Amino acid sequence: MSELHLSRNTIHFAEPLPLQSGAILAGYDLVIETYGKLNPEKSNAILICHALNASHHVAGPSPDDPEDIGWWDNMIGPGKPIDTDHFFVIGVNNLGSCFGSTGPMSLNPATGKPYGADFPVITVEDWVNTQARLADKLGIRKFAAVMGGSLGGMQAMAWSIQFPKRIEHCVVIASTPKLSAQNIAFNEVARNAILSDPDFHGGNYYAHNVIPKSGLKLARMVGHITYLSDDDMAEKFGRELQRPAGESDDYRFSFDVEFEVESYLRHQGEKFSKYFDANTYLLITRALDYFDPARRYEGSLQRALADVQAKFLVVSFTTDWRFPPNRSREIVQALLSNKSEVSYAEIDAPHGHDAFLLDDPRYHHLIRAYFDQMHEARR
Amino acid sequence: MIRSDFQAIAKWIAPNSQVLDLGCGDGSFLEYLQEQKPVHAYGVEIDDSRVLSCVHKGLNVIQQNLEGGLALFENDSFDTVVLSQTLQTIHQTEKILHEVVRVGKESIISFPNFGHWSHRLAVGLGHMPVSKSLPYQWYNTPNVRVLTVADFEKLASNLGLKVIDQCILHDGREVTLLPNLFGSLALFRISRA
Repeated sequence: MSELHLSRNTIHFAEPLPLQSGAILAGYDLVIETYGKLNPEKSNAILICHALNASHHVAGPSPDDPEDIGWWDNMIGPGKPIDTDHFFVIGVNNLGSCFGSTGPMSLNPATGKPYGADFPVITVEDWVNTQARLADKLGIRKFAAVMGGSLGGMQAMAWSIQFPKRIEHCVVIASTPKLSAQNIAFNEVARNAILSDPDFHGGNYYAHNVIPKSGLKLARMVGHITYLSDDDMAEKFGRELQRPAGESDDYRFSFDVEFEVESYLRHQGEKFSKYFDANTYLLITRALDYFDPARRYEGSLQRALADVQAKFLVVSFTTDWRFPPNRSREIVQALLSNKSEVSYAEIDAPHGHDAFLLDDPRYHHLIRAYFDQMHEARR
Repeated sequence: MIRSDFQAIAKWIAPNSQVLDLGCGDGSFLEYLQEQKPVHAYGVEIDDSRVLSCVHKGLNVIQQNLEGGLALFENDSFDTVVLSQTLQTIHQTEKILHEVVRVGKESIISFPNFGHWSHRLAVGLGHMPVSKSLPYQWYNTPNVRVLTVADFEKLASNLGLKVIDQCILHDGREVTLLPNLFGSLALFRISRA
């Protein structure tokens, strides 16, 4: 088996970045990881865009913690569906995130203190602009593919719109052309949990040496519910009670953790609140809310995608109720109306939205076939 | 081995046209068609493994159940819509025919002819036919509608569809004498009236 060739770098961008909001970010860092080798023509690069809570660490063991395996390790690596023996894969931590790229936790050069609440609101389009600058730095004129799931899929879509000539394939998984009112509502509950935490201090909690832990935990708990399917939860937890072995299954008539599912959600929330930044959570959920490429075309996604040159692969999962198949079909329909190149697969997997991170064989065979074909066609 | 109807269908498709192949299977026809002439094509298929085969071939394929109609596709958005040996597997026959002629300026429908003499003979002798064109046993056939050339002509007329051309085959050769008796595979080229 060949090697992953993981390399992690922090890249500084000195040129100020104009943002969609009108604000300008003076300069910034992006942390990236790369896998495989860039060919001499620099034509085999694949950009992986991450969703809400992920990072540049896409595949393999982390250089500083071998226990920490990349979030899409089942998808990317030597001999995997996206084979790093053929492709040069780039994971980038988005601007505003909390894993090393410039974000609310970083020092604001103007004040010498963490940005906190002063960090500007970032959009999906802003991220794509930073990623294009990254491509410039790496000398990559055109990506073989830009790919992502969920919010990552939105970035891939935005790439095909903003830089139609710089992307050959666009792979959009478990995503949507815009959030529904229900999606925004869930985000709002999550944000409200953070904003109303007394430790939030208007976003400047770093100065108070606290973090809005309970808010962040709650935000993650509500988010997590939307990632799983009803069936999946029923299967995993059902109505099982949280009881040590040997103890009676009688109700305790209390508000402590009674059911397994409660214990699971609290655990997930707790874990998340230890490694994620609350301001980043606010920023990224807002970026999700704002994404709507059809907005400037009177709601016509077809017109928004009119200049697309990339070939699309769109994938949805039948039990995903956060971004259900219908939302992916909207993307497919717009591409079909434009007679763009597109394939669409609807995977009948039980795991809800999270399915895009799991290794369902139908899903992985499909991605493998798509990238193998791409590789063969380029030889 | 090229299916005998591929050639006949391809003949009715103009170069550089927009083609939609409904029930495209593993993509063999679209692959064949693209070798014959330049076209821009999409396939529609429901089965996971066949969708995978199409992706392997680098074809545009949309995974979708045809029973639900063709909501993804606009009126007159294709020069030719192909429904090749698929009609007999769809429950909602009238609905799919309406949808096909809505989306395609022209459509090509092919199906196994139940009226072939060997099929009639089998039924006459008390058994459901099993043949090259109907290669399944009654208990494992994917076909849910069995029809003859005459039946299709009647339905097309009832639905107000215009038959532009037709070609009835047996063993890959066109049958002109009593086609409903001697043809095993029927191809119709139709449009809205």
